[in-house]
Amino acid sequence: MTNKEYARLVEKTNKKSNVLKDCVLAFLVGGLICVLGQALNDGYKMCIDNELSAKTLASITLIAISILLTGLNIYPKIAKFAGAGTLVPITGFANACAAPAIEFKPEGYVLGIGANIFKISGPVIVYGLFSGFVYGILFYIMNLL
Amino acid sequence: MAKRLGKQTIVFEKDVALLNSACCVGKDEGNGPLAKTFDKVFYDEYIGQKTYEAAESVLQKEAIGEVLKKENLTPNDIDIAIMGDLLDQSIASTFAIKDFSIPHFSVFSACSASALGLGIGAVLVENGAVNLAICVASSHFCTAERQFRFPLNYGSKRTPNSQRTVTGAGAFLLSSQKNAPKIRAVTFGKVKDYDITDANNMGAAMAPAAADVIKAFLQDSGKKPDEYDLILTGDLGVIGSKLVIKLLQKEGIDISNRHDDCGLMIFDLEDEKSAAGGSGCGCSASVFAGHIMRKLKSGEIKKMLFCATGALLSPTSQNQGLSIPSIAHLLEIEGVKND
Repeated sequence: MTNKEYARLVEKTNKKSNVLKDCVLAFLVGGLICVLGQALNDGYKMCIDNELSAKTLASITLIAISILLTGLNIYPKIAKFAGAGTLVPITGFANACAAPAIEFKPEGYVLGIGANIFKISGPVIVYGLFSGFVYGILFYIMNLL
Repeated sequence: MAKRLGKQTIVFEKDVALLNSACCVGKDEGNGPLAKTFDKVFYDEYIGQKTYEAAESVLQKEAIGEVLKKENLTPNDIDIAIMGDLLDQSIASTFAIKDFSIPHFSVFSACSASALGLGIGAVLVENGAVNLAICVASSHFCTAERQFRFPLNYGSKRTPNSQRTVTGAGAFLLSSQKNAPKIRAVTFGKVKDYDITDANNMGAAMAPAAADVIKAFLQDSGKKPDEYDLILTGDLGVIGSKLVIKLLQKEGIDISNRHDDCGLMIFDLEDEKSAAGGSGCGCSASVFAGHIMRKLKSGEIKKMLFCATGALLSPTSQNQGLSIPSIAHLLEIEGVKND
């Protein structure tokens, strides 16, 4: 049997993900997180008269909740159910930093937590910064024209 | 003396007995369908240790302790300990055995370490090089996740074809005793690679290795699948089990009505958590040491093939985008005769 023939056999045998169900759940849970963010934002705006600070506080609150739920091992349970719904919002990023920090603690503060905290989120930061840099140059050139 | 048969198989002329066995598992396995067959179940995934790696070593230590206790033996009576696990440099095994003062070596063959250890142990016992050997294999869900996948608290969804690493260890005593299940032959497998790169579908990567070694044994020995009560694979899971049957069917070998897989037996497959079944060295080791050994001792299983399967990937090879080479080792085992 060639590799190609085997790949076809595997493809026929594999179980498929239920894409529709996954999308609906991701939409609903991800949406709920965003609604919570908006509610926090509006709430903070009522307390302090500064829109930028209110937005920052809303983000910080979501991050804090996500890290707390990660530490209590509740976040991964929600994520198993919601998939991309918990991955995409800012809570996903907080979870991606907190999870390795907890995991690598036995290996020490420097080589454990320090070296591994950005293990999952590091690439997002690197390429986020890089695309910001490219976009900045393009923006500069467009303004010159 | 051990005799070579055909291209790959070694048959034993003298008795090699699976004198006794013991197995210790974690919570999910202990709540699964085989709950009653395990010697000890640990409900805390740390087993009172500071790290998961140390917990895995405790699983091995406890399994060794249990099997020695069953036979009223002390570590001094054991000539060699052959052990295997999935961790880098086999640290679960070395940290488990270091206080026992038993001559030791570790084997690595991914999840097929259970059968590889037993195969090597059987050769040593049969030719009289050792009188009593202990073979141990283990895996731990949390250590495997840490090494091969994401941190445990990271929120991610498993794909439906992925398998769950078993938290468990199995220990076996090998000797030349008469009244015990016997290892009659061993076939060490070849590395097979059909260019499967998806680490979330290890069953598909391993099925060709299992099919190859089963075919090799049957060819070498001239035996037929229907001579066996059970043809048991290690941890092919839902997908791999279907594939190994299909692959052998294409070769004109039908094992469909006597095949089972440790990965299918250990968890309740209705539970979404178990995905496509169990995997890991501890999967085949604990199912074989518990459930299967009982049936061999009672004579319910008269003859069987045990074929543990291993996916020989590493985090490095995965990151480099390489395929998953796989291997399987096979033992021909005879149950206790009741007449």
